[in-house]
Amino acid sequence: MRPNREIDRLPEIGGIGVFLSTTFGRLLVSLFVPAVTFIVLYQVFIFLRDTQIPQWMTAIIAILWGVGGVLALFTLSNYLIEQLSPAWRRRLIPFVFVGPALAILTWYLVLPTIRSFIASLYDARGINFVGLDNYIYAFTSQEMLQSYRNNFIFWMIFGTGMSVGFGLLIAVLVDRTHPVFETICKALIFMPMVISGVGASVIWKFIYEYRPTGSTQIGLLNGIITALGFESQGWLLLQPWNNLFLVIIMVWLQTGYSMVIISAAIKGIPSDLLEAGRIDGANEFQIFRNIILPSIQGTLITVTTTIILFTLKIFDIVQSMTGGNFGTQVIANVQFVQLFRQVHNGRAAAIAIILLLAVLPVMYYNLRQFGKQTEAFR
Amino acid sequence: MTTTTLATPRRRRRFRFGTFMVYVVMIIITLFWITPTVGLLVSSFRPADDVKTSGWWTVVINPDKARFTLDNYRTVLGLPIPGRSSPTGSSRVGMDVALINTLTVALPSTIIPILIAAFAAYGFAWIDFPGRRALFILVVAMLVVPLQISLVPILRDYVALQLGGTYLGVWLAHTGFGLPLAVYLLYNYISTIPRDLFESAFLDGATHFTIFTRLILPLSTPALASFAIFQFLWTWNDLLVALVFLGAEPRVQVVTQRLLGLLGQFGQEWHLLTAGAFISMIVPLIVFFSLQRFFVRGLMAGSVKG
Repeated sequence: MRPNREIDRLPEIGGIGVFLSTTFGRLLVSLFVPAVTFIVLYQVFIFLRDTQIPQWMTAIIAILWGVGGVLALFTLSNYLIEQLSPAWRRRLIPFVFVGPALAILTWYLVLPTIRSFIASLYDARGINFVGLDNYIYAFTSQEMLQSYRNNFIFWMIFGTGMSVGFGLLIAVLVDRTHPVFETICKALIFMPMVISGVGASVIWKFIYEYRPTGSTQIGLLNGIITALGFESQGWLLLQPWNNLFLVIIMVWLQTGYSMVIISAAIKGIPSDLLEAGRIDGANEFQIFRNIILPSIQGTLITVTTTIILFTLKIFDIVQSMTGGNFGTQVIANVQFVQLFRQVHNGRAAAIAIILLLAVLPVMYYNLRQFGKQTEAFR
Repeated sequence: MTTTTLATPRRRRRFRFGTFMVYVVMIIITLFWITPTVGLLVSSFRPADDVKTSGWWTVVINPDKARFTLDNYRTVLGLPIPGRSSPTGSSRVGMDVALINTLTVALPSTIIPILIAAFAAYGFAWIDFPGRRALFILVVAMLVVPLQISLVPILRDYVALQLGGTYLGVWLAHTGFGLPLAVYLLYNYISTIPRDLFESAFLDGATHFTIFTRLILPLSTPALASFAIFQFLWTWNDLLVALVFLGAEPRVQVVTQRLLGLLGQFGQEWHLLTAGAFISMIVPLIVFFSLQRFFVRGLMAGSVKG
């Protein structure tokens, strides 16, 4: 009944109702609605940029504006598409869905690989072409050579090795304990994972705090050392071992991650397999080596790769602990310094390209795995 | 271990000793792991003089001499302390402002990429269009690209667009860097939803948009939650993106930036540093302990991210 009544009422609304139902009217509406939306979003943006109202109020408006804006844009583009003929609708609707994601992805990640490469061939301000000068800097300068040593030997080999090693050890041990005990241990070891690199740096700087021997120690490590009768040490100044003390912070943060993933893999091993091993008289170590390790090999590779990628880009711990001084420089920190303190875009871009090259093997591996997995995806 | 019933008494005793040792080792490791955080927490409640003149562990060894105070937190959050004038200007620690700024950065930086990624995941999973596979491969390729690659070009764009130092700029940056993982995770989830669930809606003439907002979004809540927690913690704890795109002005700084500033400015004021650090950790810790299951699920699905 309802639709009929609305049709009956149409003439009563008068000229505007009739006008809006024509093609031209619809076109006008479909231009007017987005225009208003854009103007409103833009005005709020300007207001937020220049406003002096209390901080928390800005925050709330900003959140509503950001989230509401995205929703509005999606609804709007869908609305526009639905004004079109069915054929065009079918052609364009995929882009309402994947378009925004692809646009942002292209702007923030795809194009920057090319633009960074181009920038890496130019000088500090991006004006004069300098050829490979920035790469010569990146492969010969003292701070970059030091960074390679620290990134690859300390962070990648020691850091990843310790994170995965401890994670594996804890996962294997905790698997043999009471479930309640296991849950508590895992939660406590996993907890640092949610702490920021800067927060962790405050925690550990306090542990490494140095006071001369004889005065009261407030840093835990020197407290223990002096209680045992040794001289107190300036841990963060002891080159090159200070790198190891920074790596320990990363290990403290990341071990929980590898433990949780490895533990899940261990729980996934069929218990018949372990039972069979025990009945055949294998001891716990043999079971670990010959059953557990081979079964979780894939997981170990994934975890190791993830942590290697993490160590490659390590930044916040070094920035907040030493600022890259005292022989603790790393690649990402040199890039930051080049970008902001030296204002050398060319060098910063060249360093970014080196980081990209370093992850290419992983990207290749991911794509190959993806190609294998998704035969159905066509 | 049902086989222990078959074991000889000697073997059983050894087995028990082994289990005992496992517990001992695990307790030692766990204590080692939580000691740093406990030290921070204890120190943050001690008076400034005590923090500077004795180790925090003396509180554990000599509990009767221990003194505790909330003044460090009051100072750090800019709350009035009885009997003392409140600091102004550069001596103000300003963790209160930084906390609100961090929320302003982290909430939209979580919700916006999820919305955009959920739309995209649905598009890749259920709408057929030319180039679908190639475009999705592009998303997978971007999973491991380090965000350092975009600093130079995007900073240049932000100068041109006057987006530097704005929240919008930071949200978009976090969205860009979080999108590959978000699309990938949500695609894996949304593509496994059985087609029968929305087949009838299609036959009734529902559009993709209606099906997505009415059916798919509610059904995907677990996957959305997993990624939301992951992205929220990542943006809350981020330092680099904030330093690069938000800039150094105290009015907009987030907690990690503020904490880094404190390390330089109040490097020896451990009572303030510890309280500040704990304040920066409290939201992630609440999220972690209340939503642990979702977080772990997200981690499992999201290994190998750039």
